[in-house]
Order: sequence, then structure tokens, then C-alpha cells
Amino acid sequence: MSIFVSMIRKETLHLLRDFRTITVVLIMPLVLLLLFGFAISTEVNDVKVVAVVERHTDDTRQLLEKFRVNSYFTFKGTVPFNEVEPLLRAGKADAALVLKYDGDRLCHQIIVDASNTNTAQTSTAYIEGVLRGDSEMPVITNTLYNPQLKSAYNFVPGIMGMIFILICAMMTSVSIVSEKETGSMDLLLVSPVRPRTIIFGKLVPYFLLSCIILVLMLLLSYTVLGLPFSSSVFNVIWVTILYILLALSLGLLISTLVDNQVAALLVSGVLLMLPVIMLSGMIFPIDNMPVVLQWFSGVIPARWYISAMRTLMIQQLPVSYVLTEITVLAGMAFAVMMLAIGKFNAKH
Amino acid sequence: MNNAIDIRGITKKYGSLTALDNVTFSVPEGMMLGLIGPDGAGKTTLYRILTTLLSPDAGTATVAGLDTVKDYKGIRAEIGYMPERFSLYQDLTVNENLHFFASLFGVKVEDNYDLIAPIFHQLSKFPNRRAGALSGGMKQKLALGCALIHRPKVLLLDEPTTGVDAVSRSEFWDMLATLKEKGITILVSTSYMDEAQRCERIALIDKGRILDVNTPEKLVEGLGEHIYNVSAEKMYPLLEALRSLPEVKNCYTFGATLHIATESGFHPADAIRRLSDMGLTDVKIYPANGDIEDLFIKLAGNGE
Repeated sequence: MSIFVSMIRKETLHLLRDFRTITVVLIMPLVLLLLFGFAISTEVNDVKVVAVVERHTDDTRQLLEKFRVNSYFTFKGTVPFNEVEPLLRAGKADAALVLKYDGDRLCHQIIVDASNTNTAQTSTAYIEGVLRGDSEMPVITNTLYNPQLKSAYNFVPGIMGMIFILICAMMTSVSIVSEKETGSMDLLLVSPVRPRTIIFGKLVPYFLLSCIILVLMLLLSYTVLGLPFSSSVFNVIWVTILYILLALSLGLLISTLVDNQVAALLVSGVLLMLPVIMLSGMIFPIDNMPVVLQWFSGVIPARWYISAMRTLMIQQLPVSYVLTEITVLAGMAFAVMMLAIGKFNAKH
Repeated sequence: MNNAIDIRGITKKYGSLTALDNVTFSVPEGMMLGLIGPDGAGKTTLYRILTTLLSPDAGTATVAGLDTVKDYKGIRAEIGYMPERFSLYQDLTVNENLHFFASLFGVKVEDNYDLIAPIFHQLSKFPNRRAGALSGGMKQKLALGCALIHRPKVLLLDEPTTGVDAVSRSEFWDMLATLKEKGITILVSTSYMDEAQRCERIALIDKGRILDVNTPEKLVEGLGEHIYNVSAEKMYPLLEALRSLPEVKNCYTFGATLHIATESGFHPADAIRRLSDMGLTDVKIYPANGDIEDLFIKLAGNGE
């Protein structure tokens, strides 16, 4: 049995015997995907609307009828103006539509509960949409790539960006650092095995584990979450593998910088996870960030990966549209890997 | 006879702390040399240099004729190293550990099983037990087995018996004697002075300096002092009283009694009378055979 094979075999045994970790690692991505895909959604449904109508006419009746039949709204009826505020306060209404006549012209006023700004903005936009539909010049909106505006489409790339950093970087660094802690790394280094064999022997099992998780996540995304399936899935796979390699190198780099497992967890948790969630564009759009943070997000691998995944998975465009992202990811992977191997080889 | 280990003027500093200070000694082929010294004396640092894990700041060392800095790759196939802490994989079984370490050196367990068979006859009863579930003595045997699996020329053992019961410790030293007979050079460190007697030759180390290197007998002969056992009804006042006597150079507890190292003009009968005058009762003083521990205390004391 070659040294390399027995290194991999040993590492696989470690993984398989750590039953709790392996369960969490395999289940967590799927749970996150389902959670973000179904339960957690940025869509606003069921906006409770009341109306204040000064004078009933055919126009106002037609308008209110539109709110009654629209599935995004629950029309709660008409009320006198002085009841609007108590209803908003009690949470029995989310928005009130006031219809007044200025001479012959019908005027609209929207009063909205903005204690949750996201809901308020979205429901205002809905109401305006309904009102505008009444105007002379209808605006036809065409939502490309995600016609139903499903939030799952938005979250799948983000979750993949997060999971692979978590599994590859965190697990690899903890596993290498734990060998330093127990002293078995010394025994490996004292043997004639080359440092690079040790490194790759540690990385390959985690790479294979990541590939299994990738397959599971893609299966779930294309079946249960209903992402559009096309040949672009091959691009998705190889760009993800590039990203996995980058995450593994990051884990290796972390393990050369710290010497106990707690530090490895903290560094990979705080330095990698938080920026991935906050600054990668997964939740908060990068374009809305202050300029300094936008620059900073440029060094976060997940930002480029998520952006590439949106193009490849959701828009299903060919690779030529994500050349920048791929170049950046490949450059980062190469640089981090070289740095990590260099640091690992240096005698302490 | 060639030297299996040759250390010349090795110095290693950690910041302002000098871990090893101009250490020089050698171990001839086939010898078992004990490196004796208290915790923090620099033993582990020396092992890390000899195993090529650490580079010295000054000086050179060769192991099996190879330089620890230039030929570090070559050395790694020739040495068996057992670190102070149990460093095998606790979640792998006895057999998995053994096969893994054999494969690191590109050998099969069967190739050299004759060498480790005496060590392994107890362990072979539970080949599938996880290493973490073994007793201290068993862990130590497994670690020794893994360090020997590639039939090294030089065995480097860093405090192998720390935290192991007395019976296992004794067994372990019997095994080392067997390995020595097979021609393996052994450098073994310990902070148990009683184990020192079982080495052919001893290097005493303290605060990074080698105090002396010789056979246990020669070292004790060279003690050059008169050692007495002293006891009394009340031991602590006795210690203070002895330290006030001008002829007593050193006084320290030794098991249940006190040992004193004295000038040549010391008369036990005279001392008993003076101690009784100080109010001590049941004072007994009789000559003692000095051993390594007495020597160590003398040498370490001189350095201060």
C-alpha cells in the first residue's frame, strides 16, 4: 500500500469514526438549503389592506375590487379615517389606502406600517402597482431568469458559497491542527514521508466529502427547489470544484498559522464565515454597501463564487460571462495554496 | 567504535531563554544512554533537534552518521522516535496504528514483527481495540512498537515512562535491554533517578547544560563526598538544625530520611551530641551509599 493511499485511508477512518461530525456535515447543507428555499423567504404575501373612501363611485368600486381579487392582498373592508391608526397599531392592518376626490380627480394616499421596512417597501410597491395598472400608460414588467421571483433561486448559490467554506476550511484546519495538538504531526514529520504527501493526504478526503455534498445539494436544488436544469450544470460543477480547492487551501493556511483547535475554529469562523454571510452579496446586495466595504468584499472568495453561480445556475449563461470571477477564484486558489504549502514546509 | 549520535556544541534559544547551552556529548553505536534531568532541563528540545523537527542556533549534531540539518531527510528513515506525550491516533485501533506507521516507512508489519513481538505479545490479544481505550502501559508499548516497526538504527525515547505504573515501567526497561542486545542504539530521557541506574551511561542535564557524562558507577564514585543518612523524631526542625552546621554542605530530603553531604572532617557522634543540645531527640546518623540523585543535587547546586 503506498504512503499516499494509507494517509487517505487513515483520514477517512478518522472521519467515519467521528459519527456526530459526519452526520452534521452531511445533513446541515440539506437542512439549510430547504430552510432558505422554503421556510425563509423575502417575498411578502398576505398584505392586510383597509380602505378609506370619501365618496363611493364606479372608479373606487373597481379599484377596491382589484384589491379583493389580488392574491397578495387580504382586503379588510372600508373603514372611517379615524379608525386607520388604531388598526395599524393593533396589527390588524398593514396598510391603508385613502381615496379622495379633488374636484373630479381621484387622489390616492397610502398609509403603511413601516415598523418592518422591508415589508413596508414591498407592500407599498404592490399597492402602487395595482394603482398604476389603472393609468393610461400600463408598464409591462418582464422578470427574466426567475419569473416567479422565488427566493430559493437567490439563496442556493449563497448557501453553497457558505457550506464549502465551512466544511473545507474549517474541517481541514481543525483536523490538521488537532494532529499538531496531539503530537502525531511530529511523528508524521519525523517519518520519511514528504510534507506534500502529508498535506494532500489530509486534503483529498475532505475534497471527496465536499464533492459528495455538492452532488447532494445539486440534486436537491434541481428537484425539490425546482431550479432550471440545463447543460450549464457542468459549468456549475467545475467552478464549484475550483472554489472547493480554494477553500481547502484556506483551511491549510489557517492550520499553519494557529496551533490549537479552538483558535482554528475561531479564525475560520470569524474571519471566513462572517464575511461570507455579511459581505458576499448572499443576503445584502454588494451595490448597496459603502464603497470601502465594496472594495473589501473583493477579497472574499464567496463573493466571486456566488456571483458566478448566479450567472451559471440561475441565468444559465455560458462560461464566457463569468471569466472575471473564475480568474479571480483561480488566482486566489493558486496564491493561497502556494502560501500554505510554503508555510507548512518551513521548519518550525 | 563509531558514534551513533554525536552532538557538538548545540545551542538553542527561545527568545531570552536558553534551552540548550553548548551541549556536547556522543553515544557510541549499540549503547543505551540515559539523559537524566529535571523537567525544563532542555531534554525535549534536544530530542526535537535530533529528530530534525527543530534547527539548532549553533553547533552540529549527527545521528547515524547523518547531519541533522543537511541530511534531515536521510535521518528520518534511520530513527525511531517516541515523543513524551502519547501521540498515536486514539481513534484508530492497535492494528490500524501499527499498519499506518509501517506504511509511512514503506515497510510491512510482518517484515520486522520479530523485533516487536516481545513487546506486542500482550497487545496482540486485542488488535481491534482503539488506542485511546488502552491503559497507560499498553499505550506506551504500542508507541514503542510503532517507533520500532521500520527497524531503526537509533531509538530516541523522550520520557517514555512518565505517567506509567511501576510494574509497566520495569517491564519497559526490560524491553529496552532486549532491544539494546539487538544492536539498536538508544537515547532515553527520564526524570526518574532510579531508572538511571539501568542505563550503561548517563548524561546529566540541567538548565540546558550537560553536567557530566559517565557510567552510573563512575558517576557515583566521583561524588567525592561523604553522604550520611540522618533521621530524628521531628524531621523538619532536624532539617533546619542540620543546615546550620558548618561541616554540612548540603541537606535534602531523601525518601523517609534526610541526606547530608559533608566536609571530610565530619564526625557523626559529635554531630549527634550537638543536635541533641539543640533539643532534637532520637537522632540517628549513619553512612549512606550515594546514588545518582545525590550526585545530581550536588552538580545542580554547584551551578547556582
